Amino acid sequence: MDPRTLWLIGTVLMLLASASVVVRILKRRPESGIDAAILETFHLRVRAWWILFTILAAAFLLGHVATVVLFGLISFWALREFITVTPTRPGDHYTLFWVSCVFTPLQFVLVGMGYYGLYSIVIPVYAFLFIPARIALAGDYKRFLERAAKIQSGLLICVYCLSYAPALLMLTLPPLDNGDPDTGGGVRLLFFFVLIVQLSDALQYAWSQIPRRHVIVPTINPTRTWEGLLGGTASVTLIGAVLWWATPFHGGSWWMAALMSAVISLMGFAGGITMSAIKRDRGVKDYGTLVEGHGGVLDRIDSICFAAPVFFHCTRWWLVLNHFMDRIS
Amino acid sequence: MDTNLTRNLLALLARFVSGASVRWIDSQPDTCQRVYFANHTSHLDAIVIWSSLPQAVRMLTRPVAAKDYWSKGPVRRYLANQLFNAILIDREEIKVHQSPVDLMIREIGHTYSLIVFPEGGRSEGREVGEFKSGLYYLCKKRPDLELIPVHLDNMNRILPRGEVLPVPMLSCISFGPPMWLEAGEMKTDFLARARDAVRRLKELE
Repeated sequence: MDPRTLWLIGTVLMLLASASVVVRILKRRPESGIDAAILETFHLRVRAWWILFTILAAAFLLGHVATVVLFGLISFWALREFITVTPTRPGDHYTLFWVSCVFTPLQFVLVGMGYYGLYSIVIPVYAFLFIPARIALAGDYKRFLERAAKIQSGLLICVYCLSYAPALLMLTLPPLDNGDPDTGGGVRLLFFFVLIVQLSDALQYAWSQIPRRHVIVPTINPTRTWEGLLGGTASVTLIGAVLWWATPFHGGSWWMAALMSAVISLMGFAGGITMSAIKRDRGVKDYGTLVEGHGGVLDRIDSICFAAPVFFHCTRWWLVLNHFMDRIS
Repeated sequence: MDTNLTRNLLALLARFVSGASVRWIDSQPDTCQRVYFANHTSHLDAIVIWSSLPQAVRMLTRPVAAKDYWSKGPVRRYLANQLFNAILIDREEIKVHQSPVDLMIREIGHTYSLIVFPEGGRSEGREVGEFKSGLYYLCKKRPDLELIPVHLDNMNRILPRGEVLPVPMLSCISFGPPMWLEAGEMKTDFLARARDAVRRLKELE
């Protein structure tokens, strides 16, 4: 592994370790004046991060295929959670079978093979036309559009969007400063992405705890405030700029890493609020509490799902533009 | 292949497909002789209950299943006879001298537990149907058997009536507190009490 990747992993390990230590210390001191509920939320988060980090690190060590398979399994599980809370009718049975057993694996196989021209459209074009047609074929027309839209949304959010995270590994990155090909670049890019998403989640939550609160949409989510969104995005932009050396935007353009981090933070917010709206409508608090004992995968990945495709395309445009600029200069 | 290994693999597969989370409410898994009785909505029900028991208990638990369905074709026959060690009941011709209850009592001896679906067939809606009287006669002859109510949630969406391919979703299996047939309890009272025990588990979700 190249030194940059090691540095990045080392930084994350250090952050995680210090977060764990802080939680331990605060838990031993009930007199510190910190709300026990907030502390417990943070404790659970840190534990989820350790799991995420361990899985990601293991997948990276085993190579690109393992990483794609891992994200495929996460997608599959998230889609199960999504369909479980979404009421469907018996007529949707075969459509659901196609969606979870054909389109989901297909998308990840295409991502793994790097067929950008195909995996970018197979779900939004082919699957999205297939779904209503298959429901119509089943002969049940009750609430037809609503049912088609539910299945399409599940497939789009849980599978299509999430598959763009491992797709980051397949991007052709510019060579390093000394002219060598940047072999570890894809892994670093994905790691950078997941790190920024998780940090933006946590920092938006932390910033929304400050006393002067202006809730953005009280009917959807009373914990998301303007202070949280702006403060979180500003802090994450700063962190992204400091981590510019880990990204392929390293050719001196630290502001690019900062801008990307801001975009990730805003998309993460969009993902969180969209999932909150779905949960509000279905009357569940967490996807995890719906079925006791399951971790609630969808609760953990909502911001990744929204940020991944946008981050992927922004990075890809930047790479194309960069290549073009090199050509003409 | 080793039958026990195949059994464990099958149990794992069933757990994965059904995405089942298992809850024991005021109840504990035990190897004593029991009758697990559950609501019936899908062909997967018996397999899922069987696979959600701890291995030691699973080895001693035999599902009661319909002969007409489970003896069709070599795969189903192999599953029912070799792997689940199922007790197959002939629904078409019930003989007087060979009633299903007698068969069950003879088959379980003093070691095995049973998984039964007292609604008789799979119920269509979300409501738990009326219980058939078999459970009562079983308990009348063997009042020492512990009865464990079981509620299955969402199974009918994973494999609905008449479908062959399962859609992986998440489901929930709840095991309730043990109950017995009380001395002198009337048939209808007992069956209503048993049905309520299953329905109460549904409300706890």
